[in-house]
Amino acid sequence: MEDNVVLTMRGITMTFPGVKALDKVDFTLRKGEIHALMGENGAGKSTLIKCLTGVNDFEAGEIHVAGIEGPIRNRNTLDAQKKGISTVYQEINLCPNLSVAENLFIGREPRTKLGTINRREMVVRARKLMEDLKLPVDVTTNLEEYSLALQQMIAIARAVDMDCKVLILDEPTSSLDDSEVEKLFTLMRELRAKGVGIVFVTHFLEQVYAVCDRITVLRNGTLVGEYPIAELPRVKLIAAMMGKDFDDLAAIKPEGGVHIGTEDLIDAKGLSHAGKIKPFDLELKRGEVIGLTGLLGSGRSELARAIYGADKAQTGTLKVKGQEVRIKHPIDAMNLGMGMLPDDRKAEGIIGDLSVRENIILAMQAKRGILKLIPMKEQEEIADKFIKLLQIKTASRETPIKQLSGGNQQKVIIGRWLATDPDFLILDEPTRGIDIGTKTEIQKLVIQLAQQGKGLIFISSEIEEMLRTCNRMAVLRDGEKVGELSGDITQEQVMKTIAGGDKK
Amino acid sequence: MSFLKKLTQKQLFLPIFSMILVMLINMIYDISKGYAFYNFFTISINNGILYGRLIDILNRGSEAAILAIGMTLVVSASAGTDISVGSVMALSGGVCCVLLAGPGNVNVSEFAMPMWIGILAGILVAGLCGAFNGFLVAGLKIQPMVATLILFSAGRAIGLLLCNSMIIYVNNDAFKVFGGYCWIFPTPVLIAAACILITALVLKFTALGTYVQAVGINKDAARISGYKSSAIIFLCFVICGLFAGIAGIVATSRIYSADTNNIGVNLEMDAILAVALGGNSLGGGKFRLSGSIIGAYTIQAITTTLYALGVSSSQAPVFKAIIVILIVAVQSPAVKAYFARRSAAKQAALSAGKGVQA
Repeated sequence: MEDNVVLTMRGITMTFPGVKALDKVDFTLRKGEIHALMGENGAGKSTLIKCLTGVNDFEAGEIHVAGIEGPIRNRNTLDAQKKGISTVYQEINLCPNLSVAENLFIGREPRTKLGTINRREMVVRARKLMEDLKLPVDVTTNLEEYSLALQQMIAIARAVDMDCKVLILDEPTSSLDDSEVEKLFTLMRELRAKGVGIVFVTHFLEQVYAVCDRITVLRNGTLVGEYPIAELPRVKLIAAMMGKDFDDLAAIKPEGGVHIGTEDLIDAKGLSHAGKIKPFDLELKRGEVIGLTGLLGSGRSELARAIYGADKAQTGTLKVKGQEVRIKHPIDAMNLGMGMLPDDRKAEGIIGDLSVRENIILAMQAKRGILKLIPMKEQEEIADKFIKLLQIKTASRETPIKQLSGGNQQKVIIGRWLATDPDFLILDEPTRGIDIGTKTEIQKLVIQLAQQGKGLIFISSEIEEMLRTCNRMAVLRDGEKVGELSGDITQEQVMKTIAGGDKK
Repeated sequence: MSFLKKLTQKQLFLPIFSMILVMLINMIYDISKGYAFYNFFTISINNGILYGRLIDILNRGSEAAILAIGMTLVVSASAGTDISVGSVMALSGGVCCVLLAGPGNVNVSEFAMPMWIGILAGILVAGLCGAFNGFLVAGLKIQPMVATLILFSAGRAIGLLLCNSMIIYVNNDAFKVFGGYCWIFPTPVLIAAACILITALVLKFTALGTYVQAVGINKDAARISGYKSSAIIFLCFVICGLFAGIAGIVATSRIYSADTNNIGVNLEMDAILAVALGGNSLGGGKFRLSGSIIGAYTIQAITTTLYALGVSSSQAPVFKAIIVILIVAVQSPAVKAYFARRSAAKQAALSAGKGVQA
């Protein structure tokens, strides 16, 4: 191992049932560096960290820590701590009703000769530690008296005092405000100067550029690369996270020939849902397909959900076909001619134990009401129609939907909405986890629906797919709609807007 | 083999199987006592009414069967149970008798007001209790078990309070009919049959079944598809309360008195058990009403059989518990998985053996 390296992970591989969570991932941490671990949700960041701290057991690969002979394999977090690997999470795992000093020394209290706790020494040592790290804290005060940020820093101090060589900060800034974040950064730089290697996991791009020396990017459980911060500007980072090799991208023009109507189907002004999506405006005409793009968690699903009433909008006004409406519940939206295919098929899409037929007529039945049961014969006809139209592969229409493959389940849910003949349809990740053939079919279907005069919102993680189907794109970042693109959209434009080219 | 496997996977297999098992035990017992093997099924007319052990089971099982209807819906929609139904039965009977006897009277033979008003009031109060439970569960999102625990303990107490802690007798033949006989038939059997029939028709001709099951299987997906899950869960609790009211009137009429301390005691457990015995998951979701009904009568058959075998009424619950443990264990995922593994291993061994032979 090189002199200045404190941690190396080589070829880490780990499988969850059916999914390869990590595939031969390498990671190197040097002494006195702050190293950002980046990737979209599900890229494998937390899994990699859990492999390191012993929460997960990896199948192949080696971990080496400076000062320890041979590869290590931690059984649990305590084991990891003993080897100098500490983790501080977003939630603070300390006791608010104990003093700062007590919290710092929980489980390793200095003892007197009689074996009782030596409080005096504990306080002295705690004070020294706080002074070293320049934290303005009275160690005899209860922890709960201090702000979240300070509590977090005390948690870090505790980790550092336990002779830690590798400090992992997992989304530590999520619940902090800007000035608190700055204080945390000061502490991180202090620790860097002391030679601690810090792994910083965050989804805030600005923070990465503010404090980090190096970036390692993961995507779909594989290593994309390790870069010094200067060599990876924002746009390239986004490209790396999303899996687009920026230089090779050929611009794909959206399909022409779609007739866009004049009638405003949807006209949202200032809709918002606290903590999920900041106020936004959105207009949609008949025959139009709007793509919502942004990183996962940027608020693209939340925007659509606020319109549909899946998360009731808390502010703003919504006009549907020129009429101002109030949507309290999805059924209200459905009665106005809307439909929504949610991104989480399992949690919000399928009714697993019910048959394909029952799943297809589900939304239609809801629109008719509880008293007007759709006659069985009609149900069967509708089910057969969509099984044929969407080429759903199922043993029979009475097969429980949970026995179908993911792609076919998705088609059933699409059928459910087509059966209600909506004017406005939201498709949230309709092609996720679906084979290429079906993907293309769904894209074609989107264009067909637009040609029939329906309005669509299309959300996808794959930009090419959206460029192919959408007339217009709205870009979201950190819960805010930050821009709209129309005309000849290029992938480069989209990614620049996502990355926030205006800021850097 | 595959036929047997298919058969055992049918949802109604378990309840029907348990029922047949109980009947077999009865037949063996009868034969050992020197009676004809069909003794259990014999139905005769004595003193102008139907008579026989089967009739007795149908009659005594009526309340549990009526409760099981509502319980099935509650379990399916909310993935929880309503443990207040027994207590609500007592309250419903209490309200009915207090109204019919008039204030302050404890033993009357003349009604203080038209009989139908008393009965309707009793059932409506039970419906209100259901609405209260439904509000707690669907509105305030309290766990069903905890929410219904309130009326489980309070319902009976309110009944006692109404009756001034006394047993109120309504010694009138018109009132006795509901727990007695209608021509040659035991009236409770007819009432239970009517309740079952009405519910079955409602399930067949409205979308109630789809609504309840969709909400019960996946509340979030149902919501996105336009179902108001809170309203559905609330409705199920109200229906459950109304049926508890009807069962309460039947139980009260049997003894033509509001014995609030004893009416419906432990019947909620029979109703829940009936649902489980019927092959319905207590985790909610898909349900079969017929299963629950058969389950309810199976429980009564077990009880009646135990009595016939000479087990005293104080010991009967022990045997009932053993049977219940067996049935529930057979249904449990762990046991199912065990048998699935075993049959898979057998199959593997079998095909391996064949391979060697070939």
